[in-house]
Amino acid sequence: MNAGLRHVFLASLARRRLATALSLLAIALGVALGLAVQLIHGAALDEFGRGMRLVAGEADLQVMGPRTGFDDALYVLLAQRPEVADASPILEVEASLPQRDDSLRVFGVDALRVRRVQPALMPVPEAEVAGEFGIFAADGVFLSPAAQAALGPGTGGTLAVLAGPREEHLRILGSVPGAGRGQRLAVMDIAAAQRLFDQVGRVTRIDLRLAQGVDRAAAIERLRPLLPPGVELLAPEAAASQVAGLSRAYRVNLTMLAAIALLTGGFLVFSTQLLSVVRRRQELALLRALGLDRRTLLRGLLAEGALLGFVGGLVGVALGYALSALAFSIVGADLGAGYFEGVEPGLRFEPLATAVYLVLGVAAGVAGAWLPAREASRVAPARALRASDDVEVLRARPRGPAALASLGLALLLCLLPPLGGIPVFGYAAIALILAGSVLVLPAVVRLAMRALDGGRFVLLRLAHARLAAAPGQVVVAGAGVVASVALAAAMAIMVSSFRTSVDDWLSDVLPADLYLRASSSGASAFLTPEVIAQVAATPGVSSVQPVRFDTLRLDEAQFPVTLIARPVAEGAPVPLVEGDAASVRGADGLPPAWVSEAMADLFRLAVGDTLSLPFGGAPHRFRVAGVWRDYARQHGAVLVELADYRALTNDSRSNNVAIRVAPGVQAETVAAALQAQFVGRNFELAAPGEIRATTLAVFDRTFLVTYLMEAVAILIGLFGVSTSFAALATARRKEFGMLRHLGLTRRDIGRLLALEGALGAAVGVAVGLAAGGAVALVLVEVVNRQSFHWSMDIRLPLAALAAFAVTLVLLAAVAARLSGYQAMRQSAVLAVREDW
Amino acid sequence: MRAYFAAALLCLGSGLPAAPPAPSGSNNESDPPGYPPVVAGRPLQFPADHGAHPDYRTEWWYVTGWVTDEDGVERGFQVTFFRVRTRIGEDNPSRFAPRQLILAHAAVADPAEGRLLHAERGERALDPLAGAATGHTRAWIGEWALEWSQDHYRASVDADSFAYDLRFDPAGPPLPNGQDGFSQKAPDPRHASYYYSRPQLGVSGTLRVRGKTHRVTGHAWLDHEWSSAYLPEKARGWDWIGINLADGGALMAFRMRTATGEATWTAGTLRRGNEPARALAPAQVTFIPGRRWRSPRTGTEYPVEWQLDIDGRRLQLQPLMDDQELDSRRTTGAVYWEGAVRLVENGREIGRGYLEMTGYGERLRM
Repeated sequence: MNAGLRHVFLASLARRRLATALSLLAIALGVALGLAVQLIHGAALDEFGRGMRLVAGEADLQVMGPRTGFDDALYVLLAQRPEVADASPILEVEASLPQRDDSLRVFGVDALRVRRVQPALMPVPEAEVAGEFGIFAADGVFLSPAAQAALGPGTGGTLAVLAGPREEHLRILGSVPGAGRGQRLAVMDIAAAQRLFDQVGRVTRIDLRLAQGVDRAAAIERLRPLLPPGVELLAPEAAASQVAGLSRAYRVNLTMLAAIALLTGGFLVFSTQLLSVVRRRQELALLRALGLDRRTLLRGLLAEGALLGFVGGLVGVALGYALSALAFSIVGADLGAGYFEGVEPGLRFEPLATAVYLVLGVAAGVAGAWLPAREASRVAPARALRASDDVEVLRARPRGPAALASLGLALLLCLLPPLGGIPVFGYAAIALILAGSVLVLPAVVRLAMRALDGGRFVLLRLAHARLAAAPGQVVVAGAGVVASVALAAAMAIMVSSFRTSVDDWLSDVLPADLYLRASSSGASAFLTPEVIAQVAATPGVSSVQPVRFDTLRLDEAQFPVTLIARPVAEGAPVPLVEGDAASVRGADGLPPAWVSEAMADLFRLAVGDTLSLPFGGAPHRFRVAGVWRDYARQHGAVLVELADYRALTNDSRSNNVAIRVAPGVQAETVAAALQAQFVGRNFELAAPGEIRATTLAVFDRTFLVTYLMEAVAILIGLFGVSTSFAALATARRKEFGMLRHLGLTRRDIGRLLALEGALGAAVGVAVGLAAGGAVALVLVEVVNRQSFHWSMDIRLPLAALAAFAVTLVLLAAVAARLSGYQAMRQSAVLAVREDW
Repeated sequence: MRAYFAAALLCLGSGLPAAPPAPSGSNNESDPPGYPPVVAGRPLQFPADHGAHPDYRTEWWYVTGWVTDEDGVERGFQVTFFRVRTRIGEDNPSRFAPRQLILAHAAVADPAEGRLLHAERGERALDPLAGAATGHTRAWIGEWALEWSQDHYRASVDADSFAYDLRFDPAGPPLPNGQDGFSQKAPDPRHASYYYSRPQLGVSGTLRVRGKTHRVTGHAWLDHEWSSAYLPEKARGWDWIGINLADGGALMAFRMRTATGEATWTAGTLRRGNEPARALAPAQVTFIPGRRWRSPRTGTEYPVEWQLDIDGRRLQLQPLMDDQELDSRRTTGAVYWEGAVRLVENGREIGRGYLEMTGYGERLRM
């Protein structure tokens, strides 16, 4: 493109500064959000993967079992096998830290073996502190640099951890320099760890290096028969990918939101470019008449879009990195969703992701410019040179069949299962619904205008006549509104349904008056039967229900499921969606088990099926008695009667105890009595209200990103209304001049514009709300169900939606009125004279 | 005499300077708490004393020797199993409780190689993976083992660069050192060990170096020593020899040395031919360093040739090769010289055995 043409095309962007700035902003926001999601999760996953590799070290295979581990005799057996060159036993414990909410991963290792298999976990004693045999010290611990930084005391200090009900003080004898910066962990001698955490005779993992010439598949085949049930032999990559898989659906969800923001940006480019082309119609026709060929014109207009996209992309990339840095420092690497605990990833420059999002920005710009450019290049110059031809391009062609086809296809796609755990077809259905709702818009406008009688008010009749004659105007202004309203409404409905369902679910799972907790379910502290008895004997306590948590590895391909053992038939109700909680053994004598929806989905279980659960290294058969709703464990959970669990395992510990207070006694009184009784014991006492508040706070934090996206979508929609009216108003100067001559005041024309804006937006909002409802249905029934395996009850936030719709219509009116301001400033005489 | 190595191994990967004087139990003038003292007047009892003495702090079985293959090529070899009682986790019911550590070290001196081939292992005692048995000689880590069965010892070692599987047939009863096996290491009798040797072991078996397995025969020397307080505080290192004499006799001698190279204690045991063995008093043993060799790796200088004044005789020590320095800075941090030597009197070879020199290196940091 030569300098002259560059001036003609690209400089036009500079002339309509507001529209350009808004398009830029929309693309920048889309790019920024998408890139930030990518960067944050990329970094978190990398660090997590690095952690897994670090811990796996040079291991070829890993033997893994439930969280509470398995018999360490297996280590002795495996270490002697000819297939195994080196075996390194590990007892991994999530150690609770007193007076702190977080826990610390403690690895009990054999320092003489870890050196050969997982060198990064090698403890390095500080000579002056550790003394002789420091790496074996019974009360010694070695901290990774990140743990040392996070926990404060350095080498030579002491670290307090909770082991069961006790608080133990360990001497910090050195560091684990191989762990790197991002890993918060501690290492100690395996024998010391077994004893400290009351796990003598148990390990949680054995890492194997295979002998030379033994391949993995052969080794798995020969070693697997030696493993007890519930213990699996995995390649280290498999373990890492299970973790990555767990958060994948969440990541895809966020990426989709970013893609939608980008798409809306594209819409905005489309509407501003279309109107810019309309406004420059004569100018472009003149260029054609002066000898500019059709393809150069097309290229010039596309270059405008590309430039918008590129600059927007650049701004977006910068913004994306800034957002990521902010997110790392405020919410953490998982955007608040809790997938990546114990890792502290750092922000890095990702050339590939950056380039991809920059290209996506450019693509959005070019795609938005494509239709208007084609339109402009196709028009015959002679026709376009005629002045009052504006309306032609705004005449929306009805696209009924296409709209119906895309909506129908969306319906069909909802019936398809997910691909690789990702609801691909669900997302496609959402895209089709959005496209269909935009396509259906002209028909709806026509219908609406037919139904709407102008009545007696002049302005209303004028607006009505305008919109009925040029429905394309509504389409252009409304397309953005439809898309953004649909998305915002869908999100609002989904989040409201979700939040209400979680709230109901919390009432179901937290029926007691008080909860005494040894630690979060994964960590090292627990309650002994003596403590439970003490609680039960406290005056004012009417009943207690202990709960035990563990994890079970049912399938090498799946992430371990959570086991919950508590009184069921006589205990708190279960939020069942299917089956019943009556704890009767069937004719087959199998004990009952209740599986969560996720577990039912992942392991294809239905009520009445038998289920084999490995307890204490032996398989035990259960009958699936019900399916319950669980929003806490996306990888699946199974509930069994505590009595059954204890009979099969002899494990009498518990993690929590739910306490019911006798009638007429204040929960606070009992809480105070318990607090006094267990002073200094590091038990947490919580009322259901607090637990509910914390849980909902976590919920809201998780959806923080969603709210942000929603706001962006609405902002973009309003930009669309405002830019299209600004451009249209400019194009309609002659019309306004005429109206002024016919006696309308400047204020009247302002009102006319506001009315048109409100009417157009109202149609857009109505279509958007309908589409939003459909999208919400897909989100709840397909996307959530397939991504996270949980169901929820649809709850329409009617008041909020109505307020939202009215606000949006009013804002659109204001936007239209403000946008037309410039056009109305002109004198009526001049405006009309333009034609002559 | 291998306590130095044992101490070094314990610093395993620790970044601790494994340089002398860092040996076990030496930083305390009094008896180390919790370990039984080594006292005079406890005669050795066989076969029980062939086995481990887990109450004592440190113990080792140490076999060195010269072997000749079918082509007449001469090589030296060495294998040592250490047992260390940590007094950690003694009341811990865990099978991993690190009450006893077993460490092993093996080397081959092959003049064609020009330097030592060596490898080491270390494990906590955990039956059946690693341990040291009581009642009879048996120490093992995985497939590395030194074991007595019926009428002979057997040592098998398999490392990347070498391997051997050797049988040792004793020519006579064990030879107690010092006073009936009570071997003093300093003027203060608290620094002592129980110590006996088995010289003139007939060697037969296989040895693999550079991918080729040879049938070998030769003569070896076994030391078995256990103690609780070994190295006197002032000592920085020691020089030790164990020589099979050509006339069927045996010579063991050692010298404890300060940082300035002065001897703080010397002693030995000499058996000429079939005569009864005699304990040598400090006055009867003098070590005089001769030609020095500087290690290109560590820069440490070792006297690789010696003059020995033993019981009024003047003897010379000549190494199989100069470079028998053991440089394991990358793994254990220990650096010392341990190699095959010939004993020469009046220009004539009268015996072959091993020389060990420790404490010559600089303070090292990994």
